[in-house]
Amino acid sequence: MAILEIKNLHVSVETEAGSKEILRGVDLTIRSGETHAIMGPNGSGKSTLAYSIAGHPKYEVTEGEILLDGENVLEMSPDERARAGLFLAMQYPVEIPGISVSNFLRTAKTAIDGEAPALRPWIKEVKEAMTNLRMDAAFSERNVNEGFSGGEKKRHEILQLELLKPAFAVLDETDSGLDVDALKIVSEGVNRAQEANNLGVLLITHYTRILKYIKPDFVHVFVAGKVAEEGGPELADRLEAEGYDRYLS
Amino acid sequence: MEQHTHGAGVPLQIRSERLRSANPKDFPAVTIRDEQWRYLPVERLEGLDSEVQKFAGSLVGFPVQDSGNIVPGSISLPEDLVAANVFALNDTKFIKLVSADAPELLEIKASGTKQGLQFFISNEKFGKNTLVLNHTGSGSLAELIEIEVADESDLTLISIQNLEDDSVITSSQFARLGRNSKFKHIVVSIGGKTIRVVPAVSFAGTGAEVEMLGAYFANGDQHIEHRPFVDHNMANCTSNVAYKGALQGAKAHTVWVGDVLIRQAAEGTKTYELNRNLLLTDGARADSVPNLEIETGQIEGAGHASASGRFDDEQLFYLQARGIPEIEAKRLVVKGFLNDVISQIGLPDLQEELNGIIEAKLEGKQK
Repeated sequence: MAILEIKNLHVSVETEAGSKEILRGVDLTIRSGETHAIMGPNGSGKSTLAYSIAGHPKYEVTEGEILLDGENVLEMSPDERARAGLFLAMQYPVEIPGISVSNFLRTAKTAIDGEAPALRPWIKEVKEAMTNLRMDAAFSERNVNEGFSGGEKKRHEILQLELLKPAFAVLDETDSGLDVDALKIVSEGVNRAQEANNLGVLLITHYTRILKYIKPDFVHVFVAGKVAEEGGPELADRLEAEGYDRYLS
Repeated sequence: MEQHTHGAGVPLQIRSERLRSANPKDFPAVTIRDEQWRYLPVERLEGLDSEVQKFAGSLVGFPVQDSGNIVPGSISLPEDLVAANVFALNDTKFIKLVSADAPELLEIKASGTKQGLQFFISNEKFGKNTLVLNHTGSGSLAELIEIEVADESDLTLISIQNLEDDSVITSSQFARLGRNSKFKHIVVSIGGKTIRVVPAVSFAGTGAEVEMLGAYFANGDQHIEHRPFVDHNMANCTSNVAYKGALQGAKAHTVWVGDVLIRQAAEGTKTYELNRNLLLTDGARADSVPNLEIETGQIEGAGHASASGRFDDEQLFYLQARGIPEIEAKRLVVKGFLNDVISQIGLPDLQEELNGIIEAKLEGKQK
């Protein structure tokens, strides 16, 4: 049982007009196996939370803590965080020319595990995971994210989630830009990863439709850089009906 | 970052009209006002433009002959002052290639300053060969190579510039391709303070194919310059030029000027040239200039592409977010990027050695 704690987190970004505070005291606790949905209007700071957990250098933590099983995550570089068991499925995965998907996956797996995976079981595992995500075998010879469609990029993110087996995954608007079929396939992947590894999930989304496929245990409504309301799955139903308007007045 | 510049600032010179001469006195002094020297400060030549002595380094491997049934200058006379200085030594080594199963290797180990070395390589009719010229050692060396690729023959020529940090090498390489011949030219430039390679191809018959590939990696204060030229003077020939380079460090500078000329007679030509640069750090400078001159409309296709991009913070973050440390992330990207070219050498030991050097450079252990 692992635990990820976010305590009074304040995060700023540098803008042309100077430093701007985006997160204004976020508290969240996620345990293994739990699914937390973070919902909120555009600009509420959802993605900033995702990047801050992963350690993107653009985001400066000015106050508060992130602890993974009591270890101070904020002192770790992004690669150290990944090796400690954190995973971020990105909203806009970047293209990396010159590196094939298969080479990338093997390198990441080796970095996370501290040793290279045994070749034959690894190839089998990758193949299986790709089949589950309805990804063509030729995919693994393409360069990372290069020329991928929106749906392919998201599948590739979830493929990594399944193969790298983190303790906690932050899914940053993984549902955006997916049609219903792709949304189902991707959601099944997340559910498989959760079942296989008792994964803790922080699901960041603007819309409720992905929650039909990935059932949250807890829903947190994010407004202006803070958690404005918290509850169980019923809160998502209410947001579906009422929208975010009542938080914004 | 320099993007796709079309020779701005200096008047475009039609490549085919460039002076060719055996006599150094025919060439003006080297200056950045001259298009072919515009990116290279003359000090970097360390006197190769004044005069050169006979090569005093060593040639190890494939046996060269001091004479043969050849006429130096018959493929092309020198196009610049440095190459003319070499020609004036009147000392051409002859490399005669007859069909061999294994690749031939010649190590050209430089030693001493202001030296000149001239080769004439002949690939006989129907011959199929691979020759590696591995330039090592230290000093300053000007090289002039003529390459005869006979009718119906097939030659892969690999020129590796891997000299010591303090060294200077310039190499003019003129190839002439016979009817239905195939020529693959691979350049790998990694070691040396100043490297300048000017490979030029023209045709003696129709139906020939040339592929010109290059990989380079500049760091520290290295200046690495390549100026491939394809002169489509015959009908129905094909050329494909692709150079890829990585740069690291605020003073690293690379130059790629790719000239393709399609003459009136060259109907049915198909050509493509490409240059890509990957900048790993701020301040590094990659100049990239593709020039395409077309004198006939009756061609199959002609295109060019040039792009210089940064290995940026987002790419680094993406790889780090998957557990890959920064240095390994860069290694992965650069090796992947250059491997398109390196993997085509076809000699595993040599490829491994080159990849090892690239890694050492990435880690700052080697310039």
